[in-house]
Amino acid sequence: MNALNLLMIFIATLLTSNIALTYLLGMCPFIALSKRLSTATGMGYAVIFVTTLTAAVNWPIYHLVLVPLKAELIYYVVFIITIAAVVQLLEMLMEKFFPALQASFGIFLPLITVNCIVLAVSLFMILRQYDFVTSVIYAFGSSAGWTLAIAIMAAINEKLALVGDVPRGMKGPGIVMVSAGIIALAFMGFSGMVVVK
Amino acid sequence: MKPSTKVILNGLWKDQPIFSMVLGICSSLAVSNKVENALAMGAGVTFALIGTAVLIAALRKLIPGRVRMIAYMIIIATFVIVVDRVLKAMFPDISRAIGPYVGLIITNCILMGRAEAFYVSNGVGLSILDAVFNGLGYSYTLLLFSVIRELLGFGTILGMAVMPASFTKWVIMAMAPGAFFVVSLFIWITRTLAKMDPDKQGGGM
Repeated sequence: MNALNLLMIFIATLLTSNIALTYLLGMCPFIALSKRLSTATGMGYAVIFVTTLTAAVNWPIYHLVLVPLKAELIYYVVFIITIAAVVQLLEMLMEKFFPALQASFGIFLPLITVNCIVLAVSLFMILRQYDFVTSVIYAFGSSAGWTLAIAIMAAINEKLALVGDVPRGMKGPGIVMVSAGIIALAFMGFSGMVVVK
Repeated sequence: MKPSTKVILNGLWKDQPIFSMVLGICSSLAVSNKVENALAMGAGVTFALIGTAVLIAALRKLIPGRVRMIAYMIIIATFVIVVDRVLKAMFPDISRAIGPYVGLIITNCILMGRAEAFYVSNGVGLSILDAVFNGLGYSYTLLLFSVIRELLGFGTILGMAVMPASFTKWVIMAMAPGAFFVVSLFIWITRTLAKMDPDKQGGGM
């Protein structure tokens, strides 16, 4: 993998095959946490951090431990344990060394264990047989793409709250989904810019 | 109302996972482009729910409170591996289409949500009932989305041509934006019918 390829993967995961708007992953927090821009970006940074870190931990575990042991079958179980462990570890480290950071996005950390994009990125990187560096770039790009999507969504929601003339049943998740659909349509405009399998 | 009737009604309508609690949205959006994918996913989630319910309800007095989350995760993951293997062996085409999303049943909040809300404090029998009807509640909505999306997006249902040849396919329905629009319409209709409090939302994940 040369640098150009890596850059292509990064742009692709950020825009053309955005993990939220093309693969429809990480939707639950996307809908529940996109009411305020500050919350959304806080969650976004935490997701970038954890996703990239877990991909970097999961890759060697899969290729250097599970494959030689012929235990690929249980990689779901192993991956979720790593994710939970990394999140727990991060929480403890942040509490001890970076209390300010902990106050700003520490509250989102426990929620990340069940955020599907963290697991999804690790599964996709195995499925697509990326090497280590590509996997890390892919994980970083995907989570940054997700953050971009949720930030756009939250910015729109803040404006929507001012309008306030939304039909009753459509309030909350309904209107968020419609807006997300329109953003997804807009993102389809990026397709064809870079092609990555 | 008898507890068992209440459990059934909650699963199918009142606390129906998708529109009422807004849980498990990822998979319902992503695999509802074709009816066969939706059927496989619905069956997979229902199976995993039942397995999880049995195990957690049976072990609920043995699992220490502090590590219960990770214990649930491991139990759920075990059943998801079973689903994944069965799908791979018996329906390789479907498995190829929805493969990674099957793995993501683990993080499907319906399972974790039900485990934490119900199985941990109820007996095996009632938990199985709850699992079956939450699974059905999830499956029927998924089926509904997929019928609409496959019909408009490909002009077919279960691969069989339904629409006349002159029908222009709404390609967008088979892609991500279509998923958002169908689900949001569904949420709008059901929430209006159920006169639901607009701010009600599930656990957040």
